[in-house]
Amino acid sequence: MALQIIDRRLSGKNKSVGNRERFVRRYKQQIAEAVHRAISGRDIRHIEQAESITIPRKDIREPVFHHGPGGIRDTVHPGNSEHVRGDRIARPPGGAGGSGAQASDNGEAEDDFSFTLTKEEFMELFFEDLALPRLLRTHLGHTLQYKTRRAGYSHDGTPHNLALLRTMRGALGRRIALTKAPHRELQALQDALDALLAQDDGTSEAVAALRQCIDALTARIRKVAFLEPLDLRFRNRTKVPVPSSQAVMFCVMDVSGSMDQARKDLAKRFFILLYLFLTRHYEKIDIVFIRHHTQAAEVGEDEFFHSTESGGTVVSSALVLLEQIIRMRYPVADWNIYVAQASDGDNFASDGDNCRHLLAGSILPLVRYFAYVQVVPDEQNLWREYSQLAPLFSHFAMRKVSAPADIYPVFRDLFKKEGVSA
Amino acid sequence: MNPSQYPVLARRAGSHHGKQIARGERAQRGVPPDLLPAGRHPVRPLPDPSDWTFELIERYHAVIAATAARYGLDTYPNQLEVISAEQMMDAYASVGMPVGYRHWSYGKEFLATERRYRRGHMGLAYEIVINSNPCISYLMEENTTAMQALVIAHAAYGHNSFFKGNYLFGMWTDAGSIIDYLVFARDYVAQCEEKHGQDTVEQWLDSCHALATLGVDRYHRPSKKTLARERAEREQREAYAQQQVNELWRTLPARPDKDSAVPEHERFPKEPEENLLYFIEKNAPLLEPWQREIVRIVRKIAQYFYPQRQTQVMNEGWATFWHYTLLNTLYDEGWLTDGVMIEWLSSHTNVIHQPPAGHHAYSGINPYALGFSMYRDIRRICQSPTEEDRVWFPDMAGTPWLPALHHAMQNFKDESFIGQFLSPRLMRDMRLFAIHDDASKPELLVSAIHDEDGYRALRQTLSQQYDLGAREPNIQVWNVNLRGDRCLTLRHTPYQGRPLAEDALEVLKHTARLWGFGVRLETVKGDGDAPVLLHAVPAPAA
Repeated sequence: MALQIIDRRLSGKNKSVGNRERFVRRYKQQIAEAVHRAISGRDIRHIEQAESITIPRKDIREPVFHHGPGGIRDTVHPGNSEHVRGDRIARPPGGAGGSGAQASDNGEAEDDFSFTLTKEEFMELFFEDLALPRLLRTHLGHTLQYKTRRAGYSHDGTPHNLALLRTMRGALGRRIALTKAPHRELQALQDALDALLAQDDGTSEAVAALRQCIDALTARIRKVAFLEPLDLRFRNRTKVPVPSSQAVMFCVMDVSGSMDQARKDLAKRFFILLYLFLTRHYEKIDIVFIRHHTQAAEVGEDEFFHSTESGGTVVSSALVLLEQIIRMRYPVADWNIYVAQASDGDNFASDGDNCRHLLAGSILPLVRYFAYVQVVPDEQNLWREYSQLAPLFSHFAMRKVSAPADIYPVFRDLFKKEGVSA
Repeated sequence: MNPSQYPVLARRAGSHHGKQIARGERAQRGVPPDLLPAGRHPVRPLPDPSDWTFELIERYHAVIAATAARYGLDTYPNQLEVISAEQMMDAYASVGMPVGYRHWSYGKEFLATERRYRRGHMGLAYEIVINSNPCISYLMEENTTAMQALVIAHAAYGHNSFFKGNYLFGMWTDAGSIIDYLVFARDYVAQCEEKHGQDTVEQWLDSCHALATLGVDRYHRPSKKTLARERAEREQREAYAQQQVNELWRTLPARPDKDSAVPEHERFPKEPEENLLYFIEKNAPLLEPWQREIVRIVRKIAQYFYPQRQTQVMNEGWATFWHYTLLNTLYDEGWLTDGVMIEWLSSHTNVIHQPPAGHHAYSGINPYALGFSMYRDIRRICQSPTEEDRVWFPDMAGTPWLPALHHAMQNFKDESFIGQFLSPRLMRDMRLFAIHDDASKPELLVSAIHDEDGYRALRQTLSQQYDLGAREPNIQVWNVNLRGDRCLTLRHTPYQGRPLAEDALEVLKHTARLWGFGVRLETVKGDGDAPVLLHAVPAPAA
């Protein structure tokens, strides 16, 4: 009997991925809402995890014609233990039990439909429609990115790049060029030989000489190789530099004494979101962390998020450092520069004016976007100063956050793609 | 080679026989009266480590195949595919088909299956088998050797021979071309998505799916076409169908002497049409060619599954009967160890477990249990009939059992199979009783039980329970308003006074999307009664 056993285990297991994608796409609205709900309640460390999503079942039902309750039903059931013909039985509540067959036919459980979004899908929805504003890709940065492009043929290369057609065409041409004349000569000799043989018995010297010539010619033709190293052609590729969109994000966080644990937590949450977003969406991006109290310092990622150093508040110290770093390491012509600043706005009294001037005079002209987040609801010194700038610079944005639940909406608002409502 | 000794090969050699047989009642050509004698008995049983290997599967398959041939089982060639649990879930989600077009509802199915499986609410089926030629059976990687043997006997010989033998499958499905058609459908839908956008195609498919159960020819017989013809005809059809439709809807005034206008009282269609999708495909005026083609695809696939919906008891019972019979025979002849037997028997008893009514696990009659018992009963009636059997089954009692069994498998569907072969003995064994549930009465009535007076009534009631016509509402295209707003009227004829479920309005909206104009649904209570309008949906906004 014909039999074929095929091992399919290694051939992709995710045949349903396309269908799953379509499902997620169709219920994006509901799923996105669930994601937003989930994120506000989440611990910051666990933000990047899969999430179980629940959708009301009625939303995803596929309607078909079927019988509703009512009418007459005759059904047969097994396991009679006590009934005889003509017995009357009280109708079981909810139509279940006695008419169990029907209950299982169309009595799909009406609970909500829930499933688990993968981490990837979750983050996809989480950061959907967000982008760094005004990102330009016009220049060739020094971390060059290359694209390979076809560039004709070359004489040497690796075997897998062998251009077979081109090679064979060349070989054919060479063979024709090298054998055309001898062939013609051969034909002439052959004709002469035939003519001689017609009147000769084939033993005369002329015939022998002709034969020798013919043999020599044939040997010469045969020596022309079918394929020679000379014929080989390889597809050639060259590297072309492509413009890259280099960007740098400055994260400026206030760690002064007035920032209590709750406020710091808010600021950190904001930066973690920012960090996840940037590292996920942009392959090439520099992130510079600046932390300040009365003095500012550039710190590493780990220290930025986990250090507990504290002190008074001089915001301008951070802005000065920021400007220095930009001038030193990130020439404006080559870099898209972004700044995100988080503070409680409780600045040293005389410093506010200073900050405004620094920002307006030297920083804002250099950067593509400057986002300021204040982690307390009331309007502090710095907020008032910054408010004067907002109408003057379109790429300057400021928002207030007072509870963890606000962070995500504010974040979305600050980094929404142009033309998309948050 | 002696053909009588190898009946399976003999029958397959002349493929033109198949067609001849399909036309009339299928004859039991080449089915031996009883199990043919075995060639040789093994020295020791097949090894039974719990982990299977390809070599072991082949050895088990070889003896199962040889035994199946001795029983006269006629099958398509087998293709066994080993898959992982994830792949099994994929297969579940696409209703067991190896390829299919993309649609969110399959994604939903997949997510639901995955969730239930991960939480341990449900074990996956051990096998899925596809009615194709060659017949594809999936073996799950996680199964033990004994379970693989069970699956091979159940799917590759039980279901497979049913697909090849049963008249409904022969009539409605073309096992040889189904995979090709599904590939065509997938590519076509993907092309449409590219051309017209995912959303548009998705909505269209939603609407088609809503009517899929009504996209089946119940009475006509389909013509068989090869894929190549199907594809070539599609091009012509697209161009031609549009013309035809337009002819029907022409708006030019009729010239009195030349055009014979449709008389006003005449309905269109003249006879009610049961296949809604067919009617829409052929007559909906505003459809784009690709929309028509998708309607057709959904209709064709619904048609392909139609026999499966009508032969659940027979098909599962047949497969269960054969894995039981084949594996027992192998054991008797010394091929299987006790360990293998215990293992598959434990699964087998789970599968055919029938909790009694009122039990908390009871959810209707288990088709495996009913089908299995009925085939066993047929064998018993043939081999050792009682007086009662001789009265009830005079044609069958005492005749050779294999031809009788094949006859029962080949020429019936669930409804007629039960109507024909449910014996009083089985009714007593299963302690069947019938309940008459009239929604207008406060109490249920026990209308028949397993006694002399009740046998016929029980058998008839159970048979009707499996009649698709009774299980699904009877809705047909009744009329189209040709002279006015082109409104489509569907007519529902209730069965036993059962109303439609609330979903009807939603389905009607989908119908309106397909039709392109308003749709009305009316219901007719009695024969002479005037129809009552249930729902009306206006034409969808363009």
